[in-house]
Amino acid sequence: MADDRRLDGNAIGGMMLELFGVEMTTATEVCRTCGTADVVARLEVYMDAPGTVVRCAHCKAVLMRIVRGPDRTWLDLSGFRSIELRSPD
Amino acid sequence: MTGAVDETPRVRTLLLEADGWPGHRAGQHLDVRLTAEDGYQAERSYSIASAPGEPLAITIERLEDGEVSPYLVDEARDGDTFEVRGPIGGYFVWEDDGRPVFLVGGGSGVVPLMSMIRSSSESTPIRLLYSSRTLEDVIYRQELDARAGDRVEVFHTLTREQPPGWAGYARRIDAEMLREVAWPSAEQPHVFVCGSTRFVDVAADGLVALGYEPLSIRTERFGATGG
Repeated sequence: MADDRRLDGNAIGGMMLELFGVEMTTATEVCRTCGTADVVARLEVYMDAPGTVVRCAHCKAVLMRIVRGPDRTWLDLSGFRSIELRSPD
Repeated sequence: MTGAVDETPRVRTLLLEADGWPGHRAGQHLDVRLTAEDGYQAERSYSIASAPGEPLAITIERLEDGEVSPYLVDEARDGDTFEVRGPIGGYFVWEDDGRPVFLVGGGSGVVPLMSMIRSSSESTPIRLLYSSRTLEDVIYRQELDARAGDRVEVFHTLTREQPPGWAGYARRIDAEMLREVAWPSAEQPHVFVCGSTRFVDVAADGLVALGYEPLSIRTERFGATGG
């Protein structure tokens, strides 16, 4: 796997802000596959495909897929056990 | 867009005036969205270079195969308008609490670190380890030279080409270099590392080997293509 393709969760901060309405890079998620808790900023992110793929930094399982079109967004969150969102200030 | 500063042959700083901009924190970025006449949109993230409270500035490196950066670096002029979204990020953000700060930047990864340096108080000790290809590629070189002193220590490494008599490092960042420059982990400095994926991985692994707690190392990776 070409290493330079791998970004981190900071790169989807803007997209997540738009989708969830709150700052998400500091949100804590739990991976459904390995149970590790981490903050979104530290996840592995691949953005060079037609969609965005987010993987667990520990077990590499796919946590989230995001595909955006001109008038809709398709969001697959099935790799998460949970995500803890902070209430807006 | 209200102004521009050429930083290097491939890097330019744009001054922006954004309606409704709520202010930012050091380390945050914003997204720029360009829309073509046919409706095609391209969106990219750029780190904010200015200190909070100063006029908003982003610094952009031209990526030759990019969709957005060639326009922003070569063509955008005063008075041009484009959409920005932000400020973005809460993880790669620094709050100055007086503790020492160790900043590690590769190439344009120095941009959010510069926002931190520019906003730091007069008593906060800062060390910056900054890797560039050549002296010509060093972004903010004059300002860093001017700021460097007892409180702000700047360590350059030039990986591709060094001028005659160069006294700084002359290789890619490695564990040895980090050991020479970083504070002992016992001093519990804040640590921010920004650069390409490979650069950040090497720096973070090296700091962990020096005894830094992995969760204390704040990292931000940017892509080498697609900008």
